Amino acid sequence: MLKIKNNSKVNLSDIPVLKIGELRDEIIKENKRPIGFFGKDWGEGRIRLFVILEDAPELLVSSAIFEADEKSYECITNEIPSFHIYEREFYEQFGIEPLHHPWLKPVRLNQDKYEFFEMKGEEVHQVAVGPIHAGVIEPGHFRFMCNGETVYHLEIMLGYQHRGVEDLMVKNPSNQLAESICGDSVIAYNTAYSQMMENLKNIQVSNKAQLIRKVCLEMERAAIHIGDLGAIAGDIAYLMGASVFGATRTLVINTMLEFCGSRFGRGMVTVGGVNYDLSDEKIERALKTFDKVEKDVERMTNTMLKNSTVMSRLEKTGTVSEERAKEAGLVGMAGRACGIDVDSRFDFPDKWNEELGIRKKAFKASGDVNSRFKLRYKEIRESFSIIRKCLAKLADYKNDPLITNGEDMAKDAFVVSIVEGWRGEIVHIAMTDNDGKLSRYKIKDPSFNNWYGLALAVRNNGVSDFPLCNKSHNLSYCGNDL
Amino acid sequence: MIIKILNLIILLFVPFLMAGVIKKTKAFWGGRKGASVFQPFYDFVKLLKKDFVISKTTSKVFTIAPIVQIASVLFAAMFIPLAYGNALINVSAGLIIFAYTLSLGKFASLISAMDTGSSFEGMGASREACFTSIVEPAFFMTIASVMALSGNYSFTALQNILSSSGNYGILITIFAIAVLFIMILIEGSRVPVDDPTTHLELTMIHEVMILDNSGLDLALFSWANSIKMLLLSSLIAYMIIPAGVSVWVSILIYLAVMFLISVLIGTIESGMARFRMSHVFEFVFVMSSFALVVLSLVVARMFGG
Repeated sequence: MLKIKNNSKVNLSDIPVLKIGELRDEIIKENKRPIGFFGKDWGEGRIRLFVILEDAPELLVSSAIFEADEKSYECITNEIPSFHIYEREFYEQFGIEPLHHPWLKPVRLNQDKYEFFEMKGEEVHQVAVGPIHAGVIEPGHFRFMCNGETVYHLEIMLGYQHRGVEDLMVKNPSNQLAESICGDSVIAYNTAYSQMMENLKNIQVSNKAQLIRKVCLEMERAAIHIGDLGAIAGDIAYLMGASVFGATRTLVINTMLEFCGSRFGRGMVTVGGVNYDLSDEKIERALKTFDKVEKDVERMTNTMLKNSTVMSRLEKTGTVSEERAKEAGLVGMAGRACGIDVDSRFDFPDKWNEELGIRKKAFKASGDVNSRFKLRYKEIRESFSIIRKCLAKLADYKNDPLITNGEDMAKDAFVVSIVEGWRGEIVHIAMTDNDGKLSRYKIKDPSFNNWYGLALAVRNNGVSDFPLCNKSHNLSYCGNDL
Repeated sequence: MIIKILNLIILLFVPFLMAGVIKKTKAFWGGRKGASVFQPFYDFVKLLKKDFVISKTTSKVFTIAPIVQIASVLFAAMFIPLAYGNALINVSAGLIIFAYTLSLGKFASLISAMDTGSSFEGMGASREACFTSIVEPAFFMTIASVMALSGNYSFTALQNILSSSGNYGILITIFAIAVLFIMILIEGSRVPVDDPTTHLELTMIHEVMILDNSGLDLALFSWANSIKMLLLSSLIAYMIIPAGVSVWVSILIYLAVMFLISVLIGTIESGMARFRMSHVFEFVFVMSSFALVVLSLVVARMFGG
């Protein structure tokens, strides 16, 4: 397997081409976490399958070609379960069947044709929710198999927002498109896309632009985490938490508004750098706001963690054990809350980690809602500490350009760009053809891996605790549906 | 006659005010200004002006239920002495008619929820039925014990208990009020039992049962629910108002009690999270244990030293 670095370019011809059997053996031998597993039309009815495995701080890449008459292969899921969702996606997109796959359920298409698992019995009842929900959340269908108030199994059906983003990206790549893929991870998605393009165009982004991107990424993380703490409080009818966190989140996103004219950071990041500079005055005002936000969040969190009625709702609700989480291949925040040590900010560190002294801090995970609640609080504090360090460092690079221009896109190149959004790793993978045009764009949102984790979390919990499990994960529908 | 009309006005309009005060209290603790205390009444009027949407899967039951519910609550109100004077119907063992008339209304709302065929509403109905079956004996035990003590099986008995039975009277009053207050939280579907503001169908109890109702039907259901809270609060007020005070003092104390109960409910809703569904049952059993305390106090008073 070829070793490559995150956020760097390799020649497509350097990637090994194996027979699928050999590739399968190698994947099983390496036994590493999959980050990408996707196909590309290779002409003349052939399909080339690319595999990217995590081998922090590097990545392993390999591929195999399916000839026109090869329409199946022995699945990997039975050996490494975390491949389950990737193989389902590959089957759906290219029609090559992973044989003996335990659960070839559609990922985004043909929802109507799928037959859900069913439990039989007199006390058993099914509760179907969605795809259209009360309130302003995205569409997704949930089907609970319940015995009285207890959920035995939850099946989740998504794909109602499938827009064909990957194809759109190939046809007409732009920052505007990239930041519209998932509206709550604007900065993360846009940064991943921009890094990709910068690699293809051979652009070295200025230090100043890098730092501003980092600040905005952490602000996005802090804002969403604070909002979700409030949402968790709202779901357990703890009003004070809902109001205080709601108000403090607004302070953070309003600061973003001051930075770039959009509360969610649209238009901030662009290929080659960032569109907006941060003046000293803006930085000073932002720092003052962050002081207040941090204080309010700390006070409210501690109040909640001391309230017995709150704790009785959070503790031991929606638990996913570390073992199950590893099997299912959970990533990002949801994975860390179960004790999996995965954070692409530290697995694939950039130079700033060392220069600014940003270090990974330990977290005692218990896998329940309480764990996700506390992890969010911890990450909020870390984000603010990173923001402060970056803003202080920014003064050293006053005269750096905001945007650096580059050349034409490289030909026959292959780039992987991973950014740790607030949910977890956002992976963008791009390939160019020999005209220097994009020929394949693959996106993987952390929710793609984590939705199954939510189904695991709900098992043997009360059906009335589902909203709490759901809100503590807060997974993306549009990021999954693409 | 004037008193009766006054009582009627209180019965019909104070429930809206109570709902308004609860909301205002919650807004206060949340650091918000909040809507006017008359907002629930405006909402009621708004609903009256709206059209119905009736699901095709429902039968006659669904359309009749709101009327049965409001009628039963209003009929039950006739057995309760409100702000001043006697109840309209003051019969011995009125308690039983009172409780079962309320149950009839609840039964109507349960089968109307089941009638829609929605899995949510079925779940809500099952939860509500389960709570009711635990609440009912506790309520009977409490009120009947108090009545047994005074030997008078009408609601008038409640008024004399504080003044006539010395220290026992005080204790009995305190525990009986606790029972009634928990019952208000359960029947009024308030935090920590239920969350009246949630939009999450899976967690609801009362709200999910009226998910399919709209317009007048919805207005009647929510009005009936507020009146039910007022009736139970009236029992608390009746235990506190001393016998023989003048009309205006009595009405003043009555309204003050309604106000305090609303503020207390609002404060509880702001300061604590809702219980996990399985813990709600334990909370309902707390009510039963208080009822047992009342019973034992009455027994001690009657047969003890």
